[in-house]
Amino acid sequence: MTLRVNGSTHAVELDARTTLLDALREHIGLTGSKKGCDHGQCGACTVLIDGSRELSCLTLAVSSQQREVTTIEGLARPDGDLHPMQQAFIDHDAFQCGYCTPGQILSAIGCVSEGHADTPAGIREYMSGNICRCAAYPNIVAAVMQARDQMAGG
Amino acid sequence: MRDILAAEPDSSVAFLAGGTTVLDLMKLEVIRPERVIDLNALRGEYGHIRWDGVSLRLGAFARMAEVAAHPDVLAHYPVIAQSLSLAASAQLRNMASLGGNVLQRTRCAYFRDTSWSACNKRVPGSGCAALEGANRSHAVLGTSDHCIATYPGDFAQALLALDASVNVAGPRGSRRLPFASLHRRPGTIPHLETNLLSGEIITEFVVPSGAWTRRSLYLKIRDRQSYEFAVASAAVAVDLDGDVVRNARIALGGVATVPWRALEAEAALRGRPLTAEVARTAARAAFADATPQSHNAFKVELGQSTLVRALLQAASMEFQP
Ligand SMILES: Cc1cc2nc3c(=O)[nH]c(=O)nc-3n(C[C@H](O)[C@H](O)[C@H](O)COP(=O)(O)OP(=O)(O)OC[C@H]3O[C@@H](n4cnc5c(N)ncnc54)[C@H](O)[C@@H]3O)c2cc1C
Ligand code: SF4
Ligand code: FES
Ligand code: FES
Repeated sequence: MTLRVNGSTHAVELDARTTLLDALREHIGLTGSKKGCDHGQCGACTVLIDGSRELSCLTLAVSSQQREVTTIEGLARPDGDLHPMQQAFIDHDAFQCGYCTPGQILSAIGCVSEGHADTPAGIREYMSGNICRCAAYPNIVAAVMQARDQMAGG
Repeated sequence: MRDILAAEPDSSVAFLAGGTTVLDLMKLEVIRPERVIDLNALRGEYGHIRWDGVSLRLGAFARMAEVAAHPDVLAHYPVIAQSLSLAASAQLRNMASLGGNVLQRTRCAYFRDTSWSACNKRVPGSGCAALEGANRSHAVLGTSDHCIATYPGDFAQALLALDASVNVAGPRGSRRLPFASLHRRPGTIPHLETNLLSGEIITEFVVPSGAWTRRSLYLKIRDRQSYEFAVASAAVAVDLDGDVVRNARIALGGVATVPWRALEAEAALRGRPLTAEVARTAARAAFADATPQSHNAFKVELGQSTLVRALLQAASMEFQP
């Protein structure tokens, strides 16, 4: 089957039961998307699928074939410039161990583009699908607010 | 559509919509289908959200997030929008379909963990580990000696309170059934959870409107503030004449084995002013037949206060003329 990931096409041979997360990590070599729970309970595996934030651990690779997948590896520009959300996470020190961070960043981009990042309370509610064991939550909220303003500015 | 229906599936086949229940349970080996049929080709035909001023038609493949954010749903059916936006997480709501949502399976830990041998829902006739086990999250209404698992969803309560119906299509044709008869109480055969026939697919939900739909809301009480199933919840829709109840519709979640319509509570409200005292009487009526287990007696009290708060909040909703 062929998958469209971060603008490139990947031809992979997979068992039909393979999740998108395992396809990315084990077969395409993109290990930035993390496996926390593998059951939809933590958000570490969040990717953008056709721009919508979804859980790659509960998505079959087969069902993602005609769709455009974006992972953490696909966010920076080719010249190395970070996405405003990546930069904001660094500026606000919005992680400790970093395990949840790729999922947080992809989810935060979805949160902003859905228009759910107006207030800190809104951000907390709409980011609740991303658990952080290190409880970096206050800094994550601050990062999302900074990136929200930059993303709106173009 | 015809191809999918012609497949004449049996228990070795699982339908897949958003996959957030199916893939989860396949990984846990709670379900072990030989074949998975992806229904998402039907999203084009049955992914709609249509309000015509009389009823709301929701395609079974519309995603939870789309429906929760739809302006007509927000304006005319607040209880539906809230039941969806208070469920799961943003990512799951982007993925999950309405049809899959109402058919999601219980979160009973003994059902989800195959190392427990006794679970009548998973292995018919094997017993029920929850009866003597950790049953804090289990049901107090609609239980049987064979299963006390809670129906975990939220949206179903909104549909039930609003007297929605369900359109289904199957190998033997199409039919419509009241949403109230979709789910089955566990009784002696808890593994049979719905009245869908083999191979039947939900295509659409039809929700009528009435004087009560606008004054409606969903109140959900959880162990954490977000991204958690209900411990107790109430979907209420009320039509008031001044402060007197003309008509109230109530469904309870988190406390029952199926989406639970509280007809006794509705009767206790009709024709009475919606005061805290009257709401408390209605809530007592709703739980009169509750049968708590060793760890969940608190749900009787919590379920009642949840309903009282939901009713009083609904009474205080204000509308622009
Ligand atoms: C961590 C977590 C937290 C959650 N929290 C909540 C919560 O708070 N509240 C809540 O309500 N839900 C919650 N959920 C459950 C989630 O909402 C459901 O898994 C989801 O709605 C199921 O929809 P789906 O489209 O993904 O269904 P699928 O997984 O694709 O299907 C579910 C079931 O329905 C069948 N099916 C699907 N579509 C049809 C159809 N059209 N006709 C006939 N059969 C069909 C499938 O065969 C399967 O049996 C949570 C889930 C997770 C993983
Ligand atoms: S309550 Fe129902 S689902 Fe849970 S162990 Fe008992 S039979 Fe199984
Ligand atoms: S790994 Fe997908 S939600 Fe935890
Ligand atoms: S930074 Fe460690 S889990 Fe979030």
